[in-house]
Amino acid sequence: MTTSQHPPVYLDHQATAPVDPQVMETMLPWFTEQFGNAASRSHDWGWQAERAVDDSRKSLASAIGAKGREIVFTSGATESNNLAILGVARMYAPKGKHLITCVTEHKAVLDPMQALEKEGWDVTWLTVDSTGNINLDELKASLREDTTLVSIMHGNNEVGTLHPVKEIGAICRQAGALFHCDATQTLGKEEIDVEAMNIDLLSASAHKVYGPKGVGLLYVRRRNPRVRLAPIIHGGGHERGFRSGTLNVPGIVGFAKAVEICLESCQEEQGRIRQLRNRLENKLTNTLESAEVNGHPENRLACCLNISFGYVEGESLIMGMPGIAVSSGSACTSASLEPSYVLRAMGVGDDLAHSSIRFGIGRWTTEEEIDYVAETVIHAVNRLRDMSPLWEMAQEGIDLSTVEWSGH
Amino acid sequence: MAYSKKVIDHYENPRNVGSLDKEAEDVGTGVVGAPECGDVMKLQIQVEDGVITDAKFKTFGCGSAIASSSLATEWLKGRTLEDAYAIRNSDIVEELALPPVKIHCSVLAEDAIKQAIADYQNKQHAINELAPTAK
Repeated sequence: MTTSQHPPVYLDHQATAPVDPQVMETMLPWFTEQFGNAASRSHDWGWQAERAVDDSRKSLASAIGAKGREIVFTSGATESNNLAILGVARMYAPKGKHLITCVTEHKAVLDPMQALEKEGWDVTWLTVDSTGNINLDELKASLREDTTLVSIMHGNNEVGTLHPVKEIGAICRQAGALFHCDATQTLGKEEIDVEAMNIDLLSASAHKVYGPKGVGLLYVRRRNPRVRLAPIIHGGGHERGFRSGTLNVPGIVGFAKAVEICLESCQEEQGRIRQLRNRLENKLTNTLESAEVNGHPENRLACCLNISFGYVEGESLIMGMPGIAVSSGSACTSASLEPSYVLRAMGVGDDLAHSSIRFGIGRWTTEEEIDYVAETVIHAVNRLRDMSPLWEMAQEGIDLSTVEWSGH
Repeated sequence: MAYSKKVIDHYENPRNVGSLDKEAEDVGTGVVGAPECGDVMKLQIQVEDGVITDAKFKTFGCGSAIASSSLATEWLKGRTLEDAYAIRNSDIVEELALPPVKIHCSVLAEDAIKQAIADYQNKQHAINELAPTAK
């Protein structure tokens, strides 16, 4: 290709994002001059750190319509999800041992749920339709007297589908079950109001919003109802006893700054990103046959484009676009050869699940990069189809679903 | 995952991509794998007097699967059917430096070779049975 000299393009922003230089700048003094332990109550270094953490707490709380004291800092969204699920399940075990979640949640929700199942909890696994959405009637029917927690994510990390969080919150509130929402993909991008949405616990992470890795938060409602948690990390009693461990002050300061930047121009930025996403989507689907977009057509994260390119295998396609960072199948399990469990749950056939690529657009993605990526992908798909026996059969009019494959 | 230089070379410059007439008497076709598993290989051989004169492949699969079948066609040309039958998946693993997670690609290539040979032999068998007794 003539364009092989193009500089690398990062389109995997749902996996992680670069730290915004302004965030970095805000963080730096907290590593060196102001290095104090926020739990040190006897000197200025400690007081300064404590003040910085409190300011960050308030700032982050206001981003989701909460109060500062309702924010618990963690090491990231995986820990937040674990704390919410294990913490609520164990604390409320005397009330009941039934939990509800959805099969397309992140592994950081699915795995603690499975662990609890082994310990004797009863878990209802809600399924999704072809757009990735749960059925609200199914949720209502699943709620029981002994249901203590419902955990449903806001935006899906693989296909970007947004769940109707407000409706889910209302249903849970009415049934008297706590509602935990994994908002890792949506904080700073989609509107979140824990009051209007009746969210009782909410997980988020800094590195998805151009903040540093290694810091996240769990919102824990303090009033109407007051949510209690059994801690999973024990120690010095930090974070009101919910999460012991010295606070990551630079990380927390950076997290707050990162979300502030996102919210300053949220509408404008998301609009621009959506435009770039649509540009890529249109170029690919208009030029290539059998390029199917996965996820909800409208209610979807602006940055996310997950496409199955029929008759082409995803890993070989990624190999055909060197210098372009995207993910195939499930980013978190790309090391395995299993097709994405999210796409499977949506009813996407295993053949198409093997053919899917996730493009994640970010703050600094340019139109020129989008055009280059589209051109490279189209070239690679066409080249691979020329050597695909499945494409050849499809061109001959053979219905691949009727073929008896040998498997292996 | 990092690919070996040889895998990348076969992926970028695949040898013998294409199709032979699968109805032809002197062509044997092997199709192995399944779309659900993420790999399907079609390998074809053309045979004259017990020697493979041409080989073609088409593969749906990862870079290692493409490289395994491309290499197989390279090795098949000029071999007798007997020598072709002797190609082992471990030879392919060694030549392409495939990591353990990609060994199944070489197994598929070996299966495709054996199936193509069997298909050719079945055709010959059928022809011999149908032909008037010339001997």
